[in-house]
Amino acid sequence: MSRTFLGMPGTAPPGVGHLRGAEPFPAAARRGLADPQLRRNLGHATTTIRAKSGAVIGELPDWQALREAGSAIKTDVLTRLPELLEQLEAAVTAAGGVVHWAADAVEANRIVTELVAATGSDRVIKVKSMATQEIGLNEALDAAGITAVETDLAELIVQLGEDRPSHILVPAIHRNRAEIREIFLRAMPGVDPSLTDDPPALAAAARRFLRETFLTTRVAISGANFAVAETGTLAVVESEGNGRMCLTLPETLITVMGVEKVVPTWRDLEVFLQLLPRASTGERMNPYTSMWTGVTTGDGPQAFHLVLLDNGRSAVLADEVGRQALHCIRCSACLNVCPVYERVGGHAYGSVYPGPIGAVLSPQLTGVEDNASLPYASTLCGACYDACPVKINIPELLVHLRDRAPHPRAETAAMAAAAYVMDRPALYAAAQRAARLSRFAGRRGRGLPPPLSGWTIGRDLPQPPARTFREWWAQR
Amino acid sequence: MSGREEVLARLRAARGAVPPASAETPRDYRPAGRAADLDLLVDRLTDYRATVHRCAEPEVAEVVDAVLGGRRIVVPRELPRRWLPASVTAVADDDLSTAQVAAVDGVVTAAAVAVAETGTIVLDGGPDQGRRLITLLPDVHVCVLRSEQVVAGVPDAVARLDPRRPLTWISGPSATSDIELNRVEGVHGPRNLHVVLLAPDAR
Repeated sequence: MSRTFLGMPGTAPPGVGHLRGAEPFPAAARRGLADPQLRRNLGHATTTIRAKSGAVIGELPDWQALREAGSAIKTDVLTRLPELLEQLEAAVTAAGGVVHWAADAVEANRIVTELVAATGSDRVIKVKSMATQEIGLNEALDAAGITAVETDLAELIVQLGEDRPSHILVPAIHRNRAEIREIFLRAMPGVDPSLTDDPPALAAAARRFLRETFLTTRVAISGANFAVAETGTLAVVESEGNGRMCLTLPETLITVMGVEKVVPTWRDLEVFLQLLPRASTGERMNPYTSMWTGVTTGDGPQAFHLVLLDNGRSAVLADEVGRQALHCIRCSACLNVCPVYERVGGHAYGSVYPGPIGAVLSPQLTGVEDNASLPYASTLCGACYDACPVKINIPELLVHLRDRAPHPRAETAAMAAAAYVMDRPALYAAAQRAARLSRFAGRRGRGLPPPLSGWTIGRDLPQPPARTFREWWAQR
Repeated sequence: MSGREEVLARLRAARGAVPPASAETPRDYRPAGRAADLDLLVDRLTDYRATVHRCAEPEVAEVVDAVLGGRRIVVPRELPRRWLPASVTAVADDDLSTAQVAAVDGVVTAAAVAVAETGTIVLDGGPDQGRRLITLLPDVHVCVLRSEQVVAGVPDAVARLDPRRPLTWISGPSATSDIELNRVEGVHGPRNLHVVLLAPDAR
């Protein structure tokens, strides 16, 4: 449980938002593994994206130098975070924006709800944002009588299907085209009943459905990919144009951003605008990137609010090894290369942040007690580290967090007993002889009996040899 | 404690010791300043389903006629009128309402910068490019690009652009990767992007 003291780093509070699953990873993973359609959809999508991403990364002779630069910029940001945020606040304010600070999800939801209520609008349009999913903003708005319309195609599929997102970039990655067609036919008001499952036809259906909403909604809520401290410039990277709609058409724009998204200088964007699209959607550049600085007279929203969110990030920053998880630019490359993610799917991770980055970020944001199984949701193969455009050493973090996670009492007792025995040669020899007796106990291949059975659910128990090395040595 | 003081105090406590002077960021990637390759730009634009027309400046009106002849379009206030053929009905954007802009068939603009390596054009809201909304709602966008506006890579574009202006980076028509992670063109932005690349001045 999080206990926060004023001014001390705090974890994300329980009971609000989507960082904690209802069940531990192994139980949820078993359900994903039992769904062959899910595995086919994920296998197809991740294979496609790996090929695309690999091809456009291969076009750049300086990819590794860009990764180095991206990693170094993020490391620098974390050592200067308070100063950079104050600089960002001053620049945004000077350009006509209003900056708000939220220590956790509850405060952020309250701030945004009050800002929307003050406009008198009972509907907002949203462009996909991990931060607002993390804090459960849609639920908070709903409780205040405000309808939040998700405008990203995949978010719309999830919202209409009353489903949960399962991927950072493509929240509906677990659905194939035929399933998406069924969801649209069932839940999209006014949809053409002759809709086919041709992807362009599905995209066109979403275009028609959202057009009127874009033109008539007065408030939009977005996240941010980057915020430049030096100039106060915000950037949103997207594909469909729903982001441009949200950032351009309404009178009021509210942007919710995790504090770690700040970068020091305008020039730093030359690094991240090369890294993000190639690692993320496997494009040389995504179709649309919008950048704005405060308010521009006569163009776009005339009221701009920026909400800076902590919600556990200070707790991540406090761990000198763990803090590199805050380098993440939400590209999802680590999900697309992970053999575990590809088989169990995003829902198994319980948090809005699935896959390898989720396995190291969610437990740190909530406190590792509340997501204790996630650091084990990996084979430590290291593909995620190779794929990460900002060089987060995810395997190192996983091991670090396994060390910090609470261990079952039986395991702790068994390890202490093993250490005691291995310290004492006579006892150790006796234990080896005793282990040999288990060959006759009829449990071969079935693991250990309770209470030690938990250890052998996911591990093979080595068969004790007929003769130990020490015995063989003594007889030579 | 206000939210602001609370968050800043938490981050100061979490960061630990006062930071040393920040080390210089290693920037060993290709810097700005390489020569721009116009053919590469055309290749990249075409690869992402934009239609490219290469012509001399006096021929722009012919291209616009071929793409938008007989249709109603919106144009930014200071778009050169010689780019518009008699066959289009052009409305200048004098604070048109959203509904008025949404009702036209197309838009013709200039651009600020284009990036050859990524096939990207950037608009900065200049008087020949207009408000962001006019290049968003119409279904056909014709963008006229002068060859000296083309730069080699992303660092060149960042160096040329002014972050205080509203910037829109456009790489091909509206698209999505949300269905089975494959790129599909045509969602909320213009579904047709035509880039008119002017030949270098013969002077």
